[in-house]
Amino acid sequence: MNEEGRTPEDEGRTLEERFDERSSRTPGRQLESWRSPLGRVRGQGSAKEGVAHWWVQRLTSVALIPLGCWFVVSLLALPALDYATVSDWMGNAWTAVLMILFVLVTARHSQLGVQVIIEDYVHESGMKTLSLALSSFAHVLFAAAGVLAVLRITLRSVS
Amino acid sequence: MQQTDSDMSAPVPERRRPLSPHLSIYKMSRYSLLSSFTNRAAGAALSVGLILLVYWLLASSSGARAYARAARVLSSLPLKIVYALLLTAFAYHLVAGIRHLIWDTGRGLERAQSQRSAWLVLAVALLLAVIACGYVFILRAHAS
Repeated sequence: MNEEGRTPEDEGRTLEERFDERSSRTPGRQLESWRSPLGRVRGQGSAKEGVAHWWVQRLTSVALIPLGCWFVVSLLALPALDYATVSDWMGNAWTAVLMILFVLVTARHSQLGVQVIIEDYVHESGMKTLSLALSSFAHVLFAAAGVLAVLRITLRSVS
Repeated sequence: MQQTDSDMSAPVPERRRPLSPHLSIYKMSRYSLLSSFTNRAAGAALSVGLILLVYWLLASSSGARAYARAARVLSSLPLKIVYALLLTAFAYHLVAGIRHLIWDTGRGLERAQSQRSAWLVLAVALLLAVIACGYVFILRAHAS
């Protein structure tokens, strides 16, 4: 502990006394655990993934600017939304690729967004865990179902 | 070890640490402060839209008869209202999302700038929504 770390209460104390006090959980009590401060935080600190949520949210949002616009514009541009027209449209390889990407990226982006909403508004711990798990499962389900559907439509039109 | 356990359950002493401002401290009277919530609500609405999208894709992949059955549900009046809302939510989330990405580059963070951009986002989003909804529900509806 360097000299800058000194507070007025530290006057007349030994370095050991000051260290013990600061490393125990409650100030004013003596060291209650033999675990060092380092040992206590080990396994609870940074896993270098602190920004992963933020970063993936940004990446997916950047990707969704062109993908989302493509989806909305081409859906609105379709002459009709009957079975034949939609099958024909999605039979095109590029449409299928972009649609699969759109479904996957949207599902990931949505999962991250819903996660934040749950974390902010569901306060009870058990309920929070349950909601987060259900949301994750649902999003994976939507992604899988969406990809399978696009593949079925586009592969059907090949034969 | 016993000592450690009781130590863990001891009440956490008051620490003078800077805490993140709680929501109740904010004044939500200005629209610029509400824009964050609006963006979140739009995102949540679009998450519901994802369910509709997957349902529509699954129906398209299950043959003409399954598609016709789903199309009856998907073209019902309540869902047409939902599409209008989804188009609006998409327009808003898109423009507000771009505002967020600009913020991430460190630009436009000044109070006056962000208040201006909040209104700009709302205006552009509503314009896009009106164009899209007008095209779908007026132009297209009359053409067919």
